[in-house]
Amino acid sequence: MEPTSASKTVIELRDVVYVLPNGQPLLRGLNLEVQRGETLVLLGRSGSGKTTTLKLINRLLTPSGGQVRVNGAPIAESDVIRLRRSIGYVIQDVGLFPHFTVERNIGLVPKIEGWPAERIHLRVEELLRLVGLDAQMASRYPHQLSGGQRQRVGVARALAADPAILLMDEPFGALDALTRDQLQREFLALQQRLNKTVAFVTHDLREALRLGSRIALMEAGELVTVLPPREFLRSSDPLAVGYVQAFGEGLESVANRETS
Amino acid sequence: MNVLHFFLQNHEEILELTLEHLWLVGISTLLAVLIGIPLGIISAHWPVWNKPVLGTANIIQTIPSLALFGFLLPVPWIGARADRLAILALTLYALLPVIRNTYTGIRGVDSAVVEAGRGMGLTGRQLLFQVELPLAASVILSGVRVAVVVSVGLATIAAAIGAGGLGEFIFRGLAMVNNQLILAGAIPAAVLALSADFGLGWLERRLRPR
Repeated sequence: MEPTSASKTVIELRDVVYVLPNGQPLLRGLNLEVQRGETLVLLGRSGSGKTTTLKLINRLLTPSGGQVRVNGAPIAESDVIRLRRSIGYVIQDVGLFPHFTVERNIGLVPKIEGWPAERIHLRVEELLRLVGLDAQMASRYPHQLSGGQRQRVGVARALAADPAILLMDEPFGALDALTRDQLQREFLALQQRLNKTVAFVTHDLREALRLGSRIALMEAGELVTVLPPREFLRSSDPLAVGYVQAFGEGLESVANRETS
Repeated sequence: MNVLHFFLQNHEEILELTLEHLWLVGISTLLAVLIGIPLGIISAHWPVWNKPVLGTANIIQTIPSLALFGFLLPVPWIGARADRLAILALTLYALLPVIRNTYTGIRGVDSAVVEAGRGMGLTGRQLLFQVELPLAASVILSGVRVAVVVSVGLATIAAAIGAGGLGEFIFRGLAMVNNQLILAGAIPAAVLALSADFGLGWLERRLRPR
């Protein structure tokens, strides 16, 4: 997977500062790049600023300082609705619309974008297959699905208008261990086919090692280090060492090997 | 003379006053919905407006109804006709449950749903009409139901200022110490309140999201 285009940086954060209205700083001068087709995992504990970073990319939050660029353009100057529709967003609680069927959930953005009904229908079928769900699921309501099925629909919905970028905020965090394992495996397979540019937030080192092309370790609003999974395991950074120790044995075997 | 006999004999006037009553309640509820739902939406989306809007509606609610009719009498245009005045007063009373339930309903929409909607690029308007209002509909309707039931009762007092409605019978009955006359106003009013409660309650259950 060698980059073909010269402009391989898709998401770029420059000296980004984010301060809460009450004056509490959440991000203190963050510099970060996500390359085309990679899965950059933001790893850190609660409150380290991972989710804030993600929300700055689709402008759910506005930085107090610094600049965020997507495809080279500063997003502060772009149309926020267009920006968000070009970025898939998946969150832990999924947030499916409870009054819509699975089909309407997945097809909402295409419908708003004015796709003809037949094209939306075909797209929904295609996406359900892609995330491993039966086509019959299309007519179900979210409350009729299991947690794993719901998150699959969440991923399908994020992919609906075929965005080049995906932001995923602990998407598998609320699932049981077996389902999580399965969805992680499917995510890898999916990512191999689709080659999206992904920013993925987690606090689980195993998940980070398994899914990430690179791991960005965050702590207290700052970026500690950015390393490919296997180098992360050998890192001498005290926080990285702490993580590796906390998660114990057998990490080497899960580490994503397809890193550049 | 029993009550049934009285009802049969005076069914035309009872019907007429019931329709008048329905008109007072219907128009004022409609106005309260048209004003209250937007105010509820504003309070829910812009917290600065929350206290002034709900606070004002709350204060209005505490004014005794007869006093409110009295206060509104000198208001130009409004005070000129009793039915206008009654409709305005009933609208003001109906505002609070409508505003409050709209506010509660919209604030009660799962924050993950709103975040997902915003994240996928819905505009504020799309989010409101496709997600927030449909999900808040049953709560809003329950506010309308309370407003209607309260209005049916309150509207009987409107007869005191000559606005008509079933209160006519009640006040006439009080003046003449005639229980049948009082019942001729009270029974249809109770039936109206109960059927509004039942009908809107049924609709509310149907709209409730799963």
